[in-house]
Amino acid sequence: METDLAFDDDDVYSFAYLDEMTKRMIRRAILKAVAVPGYQVPFGSREMPLPPGWGTGGLQVTASLLGRDDRLKVIDQGADDTTNAVSIRRFFAEVSGVATTERTGEATIIQTRHRIPERALTEDQIIVFQQPQPEPLRRFITEEAVARKIHAFARYGVMYVRLYEDISRLGHIAMSSDYPVVVNGRYLASPSPIPKFDNPKLHRSRALALFGAGRERRIHAIPPFTEVKSLDFADYPFTVQRFEACCSACGAQDSYLDEILLDDGGRRAFVCSDTAYCAERRGERTES
Amino acid sequence: MKPRAREILRVERLSKTFGRVPACSTVSFSLRQGEVLGIVGESGSGKSTLLRCLAGRIQPDEGKVLVASDDHVVDIWAMDEASREQFLPTTASLIHQNPRDGLRLDISAGGNIAEPLMAAGGRHYGSLRATALEWLEKVDIEGWRIDDLPEIFSGGMQQRLQIARGLATHPRLVLMDEPTGGLDVSVQAKLLDLLRGLVRELGIAVVVVTHDIGVARLLADRLMVMQRGRVIEEGLTDQVLDDPHHPYTQLLVSSVLQV
Ligand SMILES: [Zn+2]
Repeated sequence: METDLAFDDDDVYSFAYLDEMTKRMIRRAILKAVAVPGYQVPFGSREMPLPPGWGTGGLQVTASLLGRDDRLKVIDQGADDTTNAVSIRRFFAEVSGVATTERTGEATIIQTRHRIPERALTEDQIIVFQQPQPEPLRRFITEEAVARKIHAFARYGVMYVRLYEDISRLGHIAMSSDYPVVVNGRYLASPSPIPKFDNPKLHRSRALALFGAGRERRIHAIPPFTEVKSLDFADYPFTVQRFEACCSACGAQDSYLDEILLDDGGRRAFVCSDTAYCAERRGERTES
Repeated sequence: MKPRAREILRVERLSKTFGRVPACSTVSFSLRQGEVLGIVGESGSGKSTLLRCLAGRIQPDEGKVLVASDDHVVDIWAMDEASREQFLPTTASLIHQNPRDGLRLDISAGGNIAEPLMAAGGRHYGSLRATALEWLEKVDIEGWRIDDLPEIFSGGMQQRLQIARGLATHPRLVLMDEPTGGLDVSVQAKLLDLLRGLVRELGIAVVVVTHDIGVARLLADRLMVMQRGRVIEEGLTDQVLDDPHHPYTQLLVSSVLQV
């Protein structure tokens, strides 16, 4: 029995925790978000039995999508085994009984914070992002009404000011995560909080991407095969971070790496942030 | 004979009332390329409300504001809001009396000039930078200050930066609200010189609202005198100031009125 969740076995919960009315309301918001790629659709966010900082927006989206045949994968910073990922996975297993997996290829729904798996997603998959701040303009425009007008008129000059200022002061665009994108040539959107390394994976992705922000009560979507352009200048094109090292566990040269401390003596190594990707590569190597 | 310059702005019977107080009553005038129209009057005469109706900020109750676009003429208050927001920023610039209302103090001088260019689609850093430098020079701000925050600039420098930001997009129409108000007399004189030079050089159409007869005399080709929302006298600047007909204009010119 789980003791880390505010969850009582005697209570009767709806399938996937939320009641059917609420799930229907969230599904309507999702459909609207898919119809208008990158547009932030308001929805009536509900309480979830997990702390707010744990991505209750993403949880509600996942809860409203889950069916009995789904197979759920949950990652946090690319890893399946962090406290956050484990708790969320257990929670959904408890309240819906759906199967879970750590293998990206086997999952039908992937709930994530901070990363997109390295393995390319397919048209049978949906990736759900837990998003703390869905409004890319928030850093410059504090008034909600003003931000909405900027979106309505697609006057995104203010966002380019950030890029201009970075290049003027530092010689390059300094944003390395939560890097804003234009979706389908129309709406400015935040893919927060993934590293910009993952931005290209959103471009014409085969999988549907859904972003749920619980506190801000917004859902936005990037439907399959949608154009996703990271903001840049013609003479300062968007680039992703490159790693000098390769993964010390699996040897991958194409994955996003985390630096880890090996011992008290300060020895360091780089390993894949996507633990499932790394494990699968190591498995392949031992088999061959 | 020189062909007449193109008409850039035509205002037809424009009226705006706040509650029961009429701010502008049936104001009509026309403005051609390269022409500077001064609107003078005391505070409360309706001149600032008129300017805001032209700038798309205040919707008039009645009347038309017709502005020339590339190949036709648009009535800015007959457009939907989205079209107006698309059209106006690239066509007309509003220069505020207080530079803090027209600048972003938390971004660099160069960024302030570049922002409207980027909003209009500028996506080449090198050319944005070059344009910003060129405009800083035009308004007598040294190029090395391009990355400074305008917060640390003097009032006169801030106002010059606001003018650079407003003109860099090459608007057809520039609307100025007391552009030298709040500045020291010596700073005012320098700014007026600069404005006069730029207006002549660029051949833009300008509406300048001021309570300062000196500013009007130096900048404007034609004058409109407003009192309680109505235009009471208009004509060539020299003619109006040297030979005022309306008693109110005579008072204004003789500086008897404390404005
Ligand atoms: Zn690895």
